[in-house]
Amino acid sequence: MIPALFEYRRAGSLEEAVALLAQYGEEAKLLAGGHSLLPLMKLRLATPRVLIDIGRLSELSYVRDDGDHVAIGALTRHRDLQTSSVLADTHPVLAHVAGQVGDPQVRHRGTIGGSLAHGDPASDLPAAILALDACIVARGPEGERTIAAAELFRGFLETALRPDEVLTEIRVPKRFARWSFQKFNRRAQDWAIVGVVALSAGEAANGHTSVSLINMGMVPLRATAVEEALAGGASILEATALASEGLDPPGDLNASTEYRRHLVKVLVRRALEEIGS
Amino acid sequence: MSVTEAPAAGASGGVVGTRMLRKEDAALLSGEALFVEDLVIAGALHLVVVRSPYAHARITSVSTLGALACPGVVAAFSGAELRSEWATPMPCAWPVTAEMHSPAHFPLAVEEACYVGDGVAVVLAETRAAALDGAAQVVVGYEVLPAVVDLASAAADEVLTHESLGTNISYTWKLCPDPAALESAFASAAHTVSEHYVQQRLIPSALELRGVCVVPQPFGGGYTVYSATQIPHILKVMLGITLGIAESKLRVIAPSVGGGFGSKLDVYAEELLCLALARRLKRPVRWSEGRSEAAQATIQGRGQLQHIELAAGADGRLSAVRVNLVADMGAYLQLLTPGIPLLGAFVYHGAYHVPAYSFCCRGVFTTLTPTDAYRGAGRPEATYAIERAMDALAREVGISSAEIRRRNFIRPGAFPYSSTAGLVFDSGNYEPALTKALEISSYEEVRAEQAARRQSGSVKQLGIGLSSYVEMCGIAPSRVLSSLRYSAGGWDSATVRMLPTGKVQVVTGTAPHGQGHETSWSMIVADKLGCSPDDIEVLHSDTSVAPHGMDTYGSRSLSIGGTAVWLAADKVITKARAIAAHQMEAAEEDLELSGGVFSVRGSPDRKMALAAVAFEAFTAHNLPEGTEPTLEASVTWDPPNFTFPFGTHVAVVEVDMETGQVGLRSYVAVDDCGNQVNPMIVQGQIHGGIAQGVAQALWEEAVYDHEGNLLTSTFADYLIPSAADLPGLVTGRTITPSPTNPMGVKGVGEAGTIGSVAAVINALVDALAPLEITDIAMPATPQRVWQAIEAAQAAWAARAAPADQSDPADQGEAK
Repeated sequence: MIPALFEYRRAGSLEEAVALLAQYGEEAKLLAGGHSLLPLMKLRLATPRVLIDIGRLSELSYVRDDGDHVAIGALTRHRDLQTSSVLADTHPVLAHVAGQVGDPQVRHRGTIGGSLAHGDPASDLPAAILALDACIVARGPEGERTIAAAELFRGFLETALRPDEVLTEIRVPKRFARWSFQKFNRRAQDWAIVGVVALSAGEAANGHTSVSLINMGMVPLRATAVEEALAGGASILEATALASEGLDPPGDLNASTEYRRHLVKVLVRRALEEIGS
Repeated sequence: MSVTEAPAAGASGGVVGTRMLRKEDAALLSGEALFVEDLVIAGALHLVVVRSPYAHARITSVSTLGALACPGVVAAFSGAELRSEWATPMPCAWPVTAEMHSPAHFPLAVEEACYVGDGVAVVLAETRAAALDGAAQVVVGYEVLPAVVDLASAAADEVLTHESLGTNISYTWKLCPDPAALESAFASAAHTVSEHYVQQRLIPSALELRGVCVVPQPFGGGYTVYSATQIPHILKVMLGITLGIAESKLRVIAPSVGGGFGSKLDVYAEELLCLALARRLKRPVRWSEGRSEAAQATIQGRGQLQHIELAAGADGRLSAVRVNLVADMGAYLQLLTPGIPLLGAFVYHGAYHVPAYSFCCRGVFTTLTPTDAYRGAGRPEATYAIERAMDALAREVGISSAEIRRRNFIRPGAFPYSSTAGLVFDSGNYEPALTKALEISSYEEVRAEQAARRQSGSVKQLGIGLSSYVEMCGIAPSRVLSSLRYSAGGWDSATVRMLPTGKVQVVTGTAPHGQGHETSWSMIVADKLGCSPDDIEVLHSDTSVAPHGMDTYGSRSLSIGGTAVWLAADKVITKARAIAAHQMEAAEEDLELSGGVFSVRGSPDRKMALAAVAFEAFTAHNLPEGTEPTLEASVTWDPPNFTFPFGTHVAVVEVDMETGQVGLRSYVAVDDCGNQVNPMIVQGQIHGGIAQGVAQALWEEAVYDHEGNLLTSTFADYLIPSAADLPGLVTGRTITPSPTNPMGVKGVGEAGTIGSVAAVINALVDALAPLEITDIAMPATPQRVWQAIEAAQAAWAARAAPADQSDPADQGEAK
């Protein structure tokens, strides 16, 4: 398919990107890796009048240890997360999750900022960021603000980012010691049918456990019932039984709603067993 | 296997039998090779087909005004407006019975659209984008009719696809040599099994999509048709007939073609449309397929309901096989649609001696994309049914999968073997392939591991599956094709031409689209003429360069086209020998050809290189009396029989009992395709074939909703495995030469697919045997496997506590 007609602008700097966004408003979309946006445009499910290409803003590609947190530039490619020596030290879960996204082509093009701004509940990185209690930095005409990951995902492919804001950085606190990523799919390159990110702060922090779920609803989700049960002293099996509580997962060709409810319990249990909660 | 492997001398001292790297790959991989989409044709109009969004609808109006108003759009036509272009409906070359129903099928529907994707109008514009925009403005009025999707309901004529035919049954084709023997075999059988299987529809998905470009020379020159096709020669004939154009005015070229798997063994609406519109508008017209468009507009494979029954004695020896098929034709009969299921008719008894046999197939119309040839075409379906049923029989008799096969194999001394279905199997020795496959797969160790995992109640259970196949390929002896009512011959042609400098041109009537014929044909001729494969150029796929041919499909190219090359090289040598004898003043029978040089027996100093003979033939200064100048020879070879490759595949799967996920842990294939020209190419064919067969077992399915909408038209939904999803495939071989042709070759293009589907599902069923699960529908998705496990566990629980009032909540979970 061929996308509808659009205008293409390349931003030479972050400031220019913000200015272009202000100029074109809701008619514009930011182009980063393009691996979610371009397929939607080819299917004409997205028909932005202007594409603002920020893909070459190298100043937004970095992984930096900032003491109590790690700062990740929004245009850092999945492949760069996967091979980051900083993340290998501080957040191996993020490096691992990034290495499971799509296929090598996708990982060499796709960016973490693009993935979060797209907000696909079936994507891996949004759920990882959510479990990690990260926050994101957004830059708009009025300046900068931070948004907690828990506040970022508002609805299906809908985020708290305003149309005139550019997601610039992801700040990931150093809170968790142990991790597990359970991605269930039919082929290596596919989106998760169901996925689970589970993190444990370890003994030092009273074993605080964070669990997020992929493709179990309209947005990336925290398994709140599981987390609360664990915090209240429940066993893994008891907590796992609550994994699909209150959720309304989608049904599609790969999995019915019922099968997803089953899978999430198996995967949450396996994840919790792996981190030894 | 290493791709950097250097060629080494073959057993005979030549190149045949070595793993020579493919000559064509550098051009294909570097982008130097041109595919249809790469052709730059000045002034070409881009054609886009407007397709029906309904599976079944009466066309009440077509307005192209909106399209014509779009910038760049040059012309637009409805089916009615183009009706006069067609001298005949689109061709079906295989009317399998005299009574077969075939609805008139035109490149654009005129009155009724009969599947989602059926063309109803075309838009032509200066660019593809403009044509697409124009197509969006074509307004078609539809009166929606009920769709015919479910195959069993279609066969019951509940709703008709073509009202005028009065039935959905296109044909009923039967083969039952001795009904009385069959009845008596079933009546007296100690064991019988009766199995029902579903062959889901598959989307062939060649790497290169289809594409057509027609360049007219309107002042008398005719038309050059470029098409991404497997069959330039057949296409040329059919284009001439369907459009009423003299064949002499047509030149068909298949440039580099990126795979087909049977899906480009067809004559398609878009080829006819481009030619008709180039004729009408006197401008080049081109069409490029989109990937999602291909899912609807290119033929699909499989689509069958199978019922197979076996009768056997107390020892498990087969006495009869009875098969009943319902085969999904789709909405229309494409080039070979009705015959595809019948290519399995002669191998549903598998590699086994079966005294009584019956096969019946009903071809049924639905309002879905037409089916046609897809890798294996009828034989993967047949092999799947008999190999699944043999495992069922083994369970019934209480012996192992390997033992049931060993007891029933056709004995090596029985070849040539006259099958009860009426064919003569050329050669075979089935048990060594089975034994070797079990050996390589460490069968006993895996069985022990399986037992240990069952004992420990492991979440990951193992299953081992066998599939021993025999297939018929080398399609085909023309006389046999005639008896099957196929409208063409099965021969092929070759020319071997020595140029004045001693270099060689080989012209072949086959049409490679990934198989590596340029390499294999060079190897054959290099050994014959004693030259380097690099000195040989292979010309093909252009009807002006290679005027005679039957193209490439059905694992036929080597055993038929390659044999023609082999024989043509012999003829060249015969003529060269006469010239050399004349020049050296020796008797022909005293000349020996070795390493490209004739020498006189007993006088080793008297020599003449073949290249020198070629130059003499060119100058014609001193040829024997009555000898024509030039050194070339042509052969058209019509094979006396099919060839019958065989082998055994062993799959080991690991099943996650909690999620239903099936992982292929290891795969061993021992195949026998007779003598091998290039074992590396053979291995490549086996690898790709297995990937496609495993894909049918585990991943691929064209899914339709009840209104006939295809739900799997992108690669996000239609799951083709990548290398990451498959284990390293282990191949082994036995070699049983074919007596059908002088090289002793059989064919290997489809064997991997034919053998592999049943191996995987047999392995899965084996893993689930403790739960008494005997079938999982294909593709065996995790959800399907999980559902089967849940149902079996619920059934066990119910049996274990029959008096207990079972908990309704548990029952709900265990659906």
